[in-house]
Amino acid sequence: MKELRIHGRGGQGSVTAAELIATAAFAGGSYAQAFPAFGVERRGAPVQAFVRFSNEKIRLRSQIYEPDYIIVQDSTLIHSVNVFSGMSGEGIAIINTERKKNYDLPAGAKLIVIDATQIALEEIGLPITNTALMGAFAAASEEITLEALKGAIEERFPGKLAETNFAAAKRAYSMVAEGAV
Amino acid sequence: MTLQIMEGSIAVAETVRLCRPQVISAYPITPQTHIVEGLASIVADGRLDAEYICVDSEFSALSCCIGASAAGSRVYSATTSQGLALMGEVVFNAAGMRLPIVMSIANRAIGAPLSIWNDQQDSIMMRDSGWLQFYAEDNQEAVDLHILAYKICEDHDILLPAFVCFDGFILSHVFEPVDIPSSDEVDKFLGPFAPYQRLDVKDPISFGMYATPEYYLEFRYEHDLAVYRAADAVSRYGKAFGEMFGRDYAALVEGYKLEDADVAIVAMGSICGTTKDAIDEMRAEGKRVGLLKIRCFRPFPSTDIAKALAHVNTIAVLDKNVSLGAKGAVAIEVKEACYGSCIPVYDYILGLGGRDVCKQDIKKIVELAEKGTGDMFYGLREELL
Repeated sequence: MKELRIHGRGGQGSVTAAELIATAAFAGGSYAQAFPAFGVERRGAPVQAFVRFSNEKIRLRSQIYEPDYIIVQDSTLIHSVNVFSGMSGEGIAIINTERKKNYDLPAGAKLIVIDATQIALEEIGLPITNTALMGAFAAASEEITLEALKGAIEERFPGKLAETNFAAAKRAYSMVAEGAV
Repeated sequence: MTLQIMEGSIAVAETVRLCRPQVISAYPITPQTHIVEGLASIVADGRLDAEYICVDSEFSALSCCIGASAAGSRVYSATTSQGLALMGEVVFNAAGMRLPIVMSIANRAIGAPLSIWNDQQDSIMMRDSGWLQFYAEDNQEAVDLHILAYKICEDHDILLPAFVCFDGFILSHVFEPVDIPSSDEVDKFLGPFAPYQRLDVKDPISFGMYATPEYYLEFRYEHDLAVYRAADAVSRYGKAFGEMFGRDYAALVEGYKLEDADVAIVAMGSICGTTKDAIDEMRAEGKRVGLLKIRCFRPFPSTDIAKALAHVNTIAVLDKNVSLGAKGAVAIEVKEACYGSCIPVYDYILGLGGRDVCKQDIKKIVELAEKGTGDMFYGLREELL
């Protein structure tokens, strides 16, 4: 079983990201489970969402403390939340930021820094970063395919919105796949 | 079987649609779930022909259900936490009038202090109300138990309302694969609601009338008998459900690696999933630990429990509720069920108000039980005391 923890702020679509990633994983034949950290949801407050991936039915219901993957939607969270908590040296961290810094990552963990905000502004016209980060996650983790992600996005968003969101996901996917970040 | 991935609340809403309630009444205040929101959309979109009654409170919500059920309709409601507390008087009335109402409880804590998070205090608070109570381990069970509940409740030998309890947030807000049965199959299993008696202006009767001391005791006795009788109906229809849908619910309690266990954990709801994973790990270390899951809490399957636990050395009960000044409700009743057996039964009150429970916690509890330490709140933050 693999586990993903998404860190974001209320309103950034972290829960939607978790659900769409789980939907894409399920479409690809995995058993998947997605759920939010049950906090007091307020716009701008730190939030978490979780995804589990497995070949078997998932029975575990606790929150995720030792993630294989993390996604950070807003790098300013790193000052107040220990986003790398519980990560092993084999983990992958995907951070949305325009400026790469020295992060306190566990030794050996893979770091992917991507300016998802810029991608979102260009492709969607709004600083909604979750779909670009889903694309980056697909390329980095290979837990989900780009095609399955497309299906999940199209299922959730209507017409044009699905198109622009997938464009953001695809661009981030390509950047990570090509090692351009 | 076709698995689809969706949120627990939506899976329940879609299942309720298949049960074809004619009247739905609910009050969508926080804390609620997406169930009633989902059903409101389903009715508005014309996917279910039902009267959706918006009301001013939970008290009114269940009152509407009483009226509609007495008039001969299949009815549905959902609530949780304070909503259920506010319904209290009506909860007892619905049961006393022997109306087969099915209501989802997305289990949550009760204030004060204010909490929107999960535990099972809300439905446990209503354990003496004469409703049947089922607890789901996962969203598949939540789906299936709604269909099964209507079948059991509407049986003319039973005629009782039922709570289908599934852990708030932990199941209600989780996206996971579920098999939503086909509409044809559910129609075949349930059939249309055939009321035993109903309000009819041409043939007037009364529901919930006065019972003077000459009559009240007998009403309660008959009600008690009906709740006990429901155990057999659960088994019978649970088996029939299995034959039709491939998932058997004949057992009111279900063992997991219990046959050769030295230590038995007893639990209800979603914590059973985490417990099973913990048991697999403890088994790999050579510890003989098993689980007894209670799926049906009312009627309480005392005999089944005593039988299932007869061979173990130690029993650890996980209670996501507490009867303050006594113990957890499940432990109190498990102790009663095991009376005379000399097997020690230890109670662990945990997970209240949404405190997370991990595999490690289950392992620690087993260690405590083996040492004879129990009847305690587990996981207290000493620095706060």
